Amino acid sequence: MPRPNDPRVGDVHGRDPQQRSSSSASGISRRGFLIGTLGSTAVLAFGLPGIALAQDATDTALKEGQYEPTLWYAIDSNGQVTLHCTKAEMGQHVGTSLARLVAEELEVDPATMRIEYVDSDPKWGYMITGGSWSVNHSFLPLSRAGAAGREALIDAGARLLDVDPARCHARNGQVICDNQRISYGEIVASGTLSRSYSAEELEAIALKPASERRVLGSPGSAQDIPDKTTGAALFGIDAKIDGMVYARPVLPPARFGCQAVSIDDSAAATIPGYQQTLRLEDPSGLCQGWLAVIADSFSAAMRATDALKVEWDVGPAAAISEADIQQEGRRLTEAPTRDNGALFVDSGDLASAFERADADSATLVDATYTTASVLHFQLEPVNATVVERDGHWHIHCGNQQQSASVPLVAKALEVDDSQVTFHQYYLGGGFGRRLYGDYAVPAALAAKALGKPVKMVFTRPDDSRLDCVRSPSVQRLRSAVTASGEILASEHAAAAGWPTAAIAPGFLGEFVDGGGKLDSFAISGADHWYQVAAQRVWAQQNHKAHEAFVPGYLRSVGPGWTTWAVESHMDELAQAAGLDPARFRLALLQAEGRNAGEAPNSVGGAERLKAVLQRALEKSGWSERDSLPEDTGLGVALSFGQERHMPTWVACVARVKVDRSSGDVTVEKLTSVVDAGTLAHPDGAMAQLEGSLLWGLSMALHEGTEYAEGQPSDLNLNSYTPLRMHQVPELDLEFMINDHTPVGLGEPGTCVVAPAIGNAVAHACGVRLRDLPMRAQTLKTRLGNRADDKMTS
Amino acid sequence: MTSFTLNGEAVSVEVDPQTPLLWVLRDTLGLTGTKFGCGIAQCGACTIHFNGSATRSCVLPLAAAEGAEITTIEGLDADGNHPLQQAWREEQVPQCGYCQSGQIMQAADLLARKPSPSDDEITQGMSGNLCRCMAYVRIHRAVKRAANMAQAGVQSWEPPTGEASDSAEGNQHAKA
Repeated sequence: MPRPNDPRVGDVHGRDPQQRSSSSASGISRRGFLIGTLGSTAVLAFGLPGIALAQDATDTALKEGQYEPTLWYAIDSNGQVTLHCTKAEMGQHVGTSLARLVAEELEVDPATMRIEYVDSDPKWGYMITGGSWSVNHSFLPLSRAGAAGREALIDAGARLLDVDPARCHARNGQVICDNQRISYGEIVASGTLSRSYSAEELEAIALKPASERRVLGSPGSAQDIPDKTTGAALFGIDAKIDGMVYARPVLPPARFGCQAVSIDDSAAATIPGYQQTLRLEDPSGLCQGWLAVIADSFSAAMRATDALKVEWDVGPAAAISEADIQQEGRRLTEAPTRDNGALFVDSGDLASAFERADADSATLVDATYTTASVLHFQLEPVNATVVERDGHWHIHCGNQQQSASVPLVAKALEVDDSQVTFHQYYLGGGFGRRLYGDYAVPAALAAKALGKPVKMVFTRPDDSRLDCVRSPSVQRLRSAVTASGEILASEHAAAAGWPTAAIAPGFLGEFVDGGGKLDSFAISGADHWYQVAAQRVWAQQNHKAHEAFVPGYLRSVGPGWTTWAVESHMDELAQAAGLDPARFRLALLQAEGRNAGEAPNSVGGAERLKAVLQRALEKSGWSERDSLPEDTGLGVALSFGQERHMPTWVACVARVKVDRSSGDVTVEKLTSVVDAGTLAHPDGAMAQLEGSLLWGLSMALHEGTEYAEGQPSDLNLNSYTPLRMHQVPELDLEFMINDHTPVGLGEPGTCVVAPAIGNAVAHACGVRLRDLPMRAQTLKTRLGNRADDKMTS
Repeated sequence: MTSFTLNGEAVSVEVDPQTPLLWVLRDTLGLTGTKFGCGIAQCGACTIHFNGSATRSCVLPLAAAEGAEITTIEGLDADGNHPLQQAWREEQVPQCGYCQSGQIMQAADLLARKPSPSDDEITQGMSGNLCRCMAYVRIHRAVKRAANMAQAGVQSWEPPTGEASDSAEGNQHAKA
């Protein structure tokens, strides 16, 4: 878990993302680095901050380990370039994107690069894959690393060719001077590569002008794909250690406060291969009352666990239901306070703005929006294989936040962080689930208790029960809008479990001076880009949720619920003003004041959001909106992705058809236009957009569960029903092509779809749905009520 | 002792015959390309061919495999170049990739039964397989591409050279 006093924390996703620049985000930009030859391989080594490196000391420094080396990539004497990827490969093809950043400036063909997913080691800096950050945060550091490598290779190559370096250029892994050329491999083999860079020199390196790019924005395939078509790709669940036994966890009835009173394994013992049932003693308190069934095979462990009879002393958490959590959420949003949270936005004098609005006869819209618990349901259930060798603990699994997972396991094992290493595998889905390494703890405890390697696999229901779900949320928005569509005042209060409070409290931050600390990941998105004269946003922590489960980060996290509320509310305001919801939004998007945008990530500000909206309107046939067939509707919603500081500009128009007799909503088409700046890997970007939009659709109509008696009501696919192929609508997707700084694409598409659908449903049949997921039964009832109202009126 | 044919070769295993075939393949025989997803035959990640039919191996007891012909993703094509595997690479289908062995095995069964499936038939044939990354548009396209490839008798496969599918840029109109 990141500790507040950890100097790495501020570098990674510091307490105030508003002030964070992408160049400082990966924890390396304050360091200089040197390039030299170690053995027969050229390496880029990042030295400690502030230490000037003498050129002739480069080689010695590397060999003696004088500098804490963080090696981004290596070039061997065959010219093979290997990227050391610190990010988790979980479907976003991140290795390919990062290799492309290096390749562009290093002047090599990215398709020839090897990608190595490195083990956890403090030398890499803070290891996390989330927040749609990877490409954005790596853009400057990796581009500069590539450029520095190219400069060093040109220098050395020119010396070997006995020409002026100024006459040389690099291309396709070679240094070229007129008709002479020397390959990177030959330069490395010569052992003459030596050059150092200070932090200042690195920052001063001129990157290629966009017009000269050959890699970024160009087509190319993803390196992780071929092995994923033959069964050769290795995921955490495929890890194998000699001498290992298999384990399945026995989870108590509720997440907290349970103990096994008695264990009867007489039936389990009849399963061939059953070995024993362990009580897991966890000094860290993470596994409260857990057992583990140990067997010769996982199949035996699975069946023996089912045959185990355990009597539990059940703690109070088991009594908490989703309704209790949401009732508390409603209470918090009715009267938000500093006692339960903090201010996220506080601009203008809200009280007097509301008074003035009242005097001016502006319309007040006061509405409450909710979202239900959502499971990650990453298809590879969580698992870990643990082996101890010579006092060092090796954890084999896929993981998204090694720098938080190492201390979590170390604490449970009562060893120093330096005695734990996470070995990375492909992730069978991440979606934020594997940002929390809790699943490795019981495997490590079992390995410690047994004194032998353990492979622990969770079954699907086990995985769902341990899941750090997307917390249910309640949001109240109260806004005053004039007949001309001006928003005079808006107050937004959101209550939910706070993932960061539960998982990484060092990352809680203060966003309004004196406004208190909050989890920005649980409220981001409420600080939207529309013009509002006076605005206040409250984030409230729903402690009732924390009593029942660990709230987690789930693909797009807070914007997943705040965008639902904000974008539904915008339509309600447009309706109150009697305006077309798209034109209402367009008028409120102006790149001025706080919405002007700033370098490097949000250049252009609200105008870029306006531009994607205009394009989506053109593509979706919005102008024909008033002449659609009966019970068909078009709805629009916008998102700026994960953070104001790193906006991905997204517009989505949903076309739906409502079946009045059943309440079923069929999404016929999604049109989406996205501006994510430069696309490092365009096809990967498109894949992320396709997947994230369909995730959004799935959460809008097909997913959602609720907590009851200590666990989610839905544990497997018999009742939890993510989108299938037959439910996929027509997709019309487009990226804006420009040279702006690349931002993120893993998440932004997810949050925009539900409000676009909700707004389309309202357009189709006049019913405003304010609760996610949107259920057919709810719509059917509401339509029935409207029909009744009409008959009685 | 249970004996069956696995990817064209005779194998015999000494495992509790109630063990689901999935775990025999993965843990006893070391073929980990077949995946564990839900354990109740609903996600399709564990799909193999049992006497030529796509079958969920997570609920198939080993005893049922006695004498059967079993094919896994590793045995679909000796070189990993089945038209579906080629199409999967050309369309850049997999994201996390965890479900894809099962998707490909399901699609192979579909094409064996219907060499030229309509769009709706592809959708119907593949809707039992969950892709949590929701790469459905590309799965659909790849099945169609493989069907066309097989129909055209094209068997050659060039490894990717950095040229991606045309979906990489700009507009995309996809209907799954």
